[in-house]
Amino acid sequence: MADRPVPVVEKRLMDVKLGELGTWLGGRDFTPNGLISAVRRGHDRYYNKYINVKKGGIGGIAMLIVGYVAISYVWEYDHIKHDRWRKYH
Amino acid sequence: MLSRAVFLSANFLKGSAPLGAGLVHAPRSLHTSSQSLAPVPPLPEKPGKVRHGFVPEEFFQLLYPKTGVTGPYMFGTGLIIYLLSKEIYVINQETLAGISIGAIIIYAVKKFGPSVAAFADQLNEEKVAKVQEVKDLAMTNLAQAIENEKKEQWRVEGRSMLFDAKRNNVAMLLETNYRERQHMVTNEVKRRLDYQIALQHLNRRLEQEHMINWVEKSVISSITPQQEKESIAKCITDLKALAKSTQAKAVI
Repeated sequence: MADRPVPVVEKRLMDVKLGELGTWLGGRDFTPNGLISAVRRGHDRYYNKYINVKKGGIGGIAMLIVGYVAISYVWEYDHIKHDRWRKYH
Repeated sequence: MLSRAVFLSANFLKGSAPLGAGLVHAPRSLHTSSQSLAPVPPLPEKPGKVRHGFVPEEFFQLLYPKTGVTGPYMFGTGLIIYLLSKEIYVINQETLAGISIGAIIIYAVKKFGPSVAAFADQLNEEKVAKVQEVKDLAMTNLAQAIENEKKEQWRVEGRSMLFDAKRNNVAMLLETNYRERQHMVTNEVKRRLDYQIALQHLNRRLEQEHMINWVEKSVISSITPQQEKESIAKCITDLKALAKSTQAKAVI
């Protein structure tokens, strides 16, 4: 289906087969520049899809807030662990 | 398509994975190509669809082929039950606070959402109208400039006629000048010729008079005194004869 053989590293995550995941991870750009550019790309994709539109909805920021709540719960888990009702699950 | 609630933590460890929700069925481009679109495309009208406010639609589409419509809801229920039973999510006083805040937020969004959206749209409309005004003004100005330009081009065509008229003027001036000069030339030449003629006349007259004078003088000088007496006596006798003849005629 591909018109020319593409090196594994350049494929998107969803197109990488499970066996190629290791090589794909190994080949990605982990330099600070690479990380920052990856963060920027992700931000641009999210921003242009949910926020930078003519009639935005609640979904754009609601997803961010839900994500923030989830992350803060995960970071606080070691502290919240002590409020558990049962010792053995 | 990655549900944020579950996969976000795992994804965050892979620093290079995209944080946004991706498209499943959209055309994929490689990481290496980065095009810059030259005429900027207009903003999309609507954002990506999100169900219940925080789950992107792509998650539902992902599970639809395998599990149908209720799949994601069953997944959500199962997830919640798992989190609660294993006490990965602990119920404490914060849960109550969270539920209350969530209820208030949902009520506020449902109640005031449309009016806030209308207000924001109106602000946007005003901005767009202002810019559109500027653009329209610029367009009319440019159209006017085009009209003026066409008029100037039409005038340029007329300019050749102007030059023809001017050329005619100049030709006429030249002609007039030429004729004047010719006139002057003929006049001058005529004057000079007249002068020559007058000169010749004068010469001839002088010669004539001089000759006449000379002839007279020589004749007079040739008349000796003797001849003069004889001629005077003859004249007297002639006169007497004449007097007699006239007297005779008068008597008759």
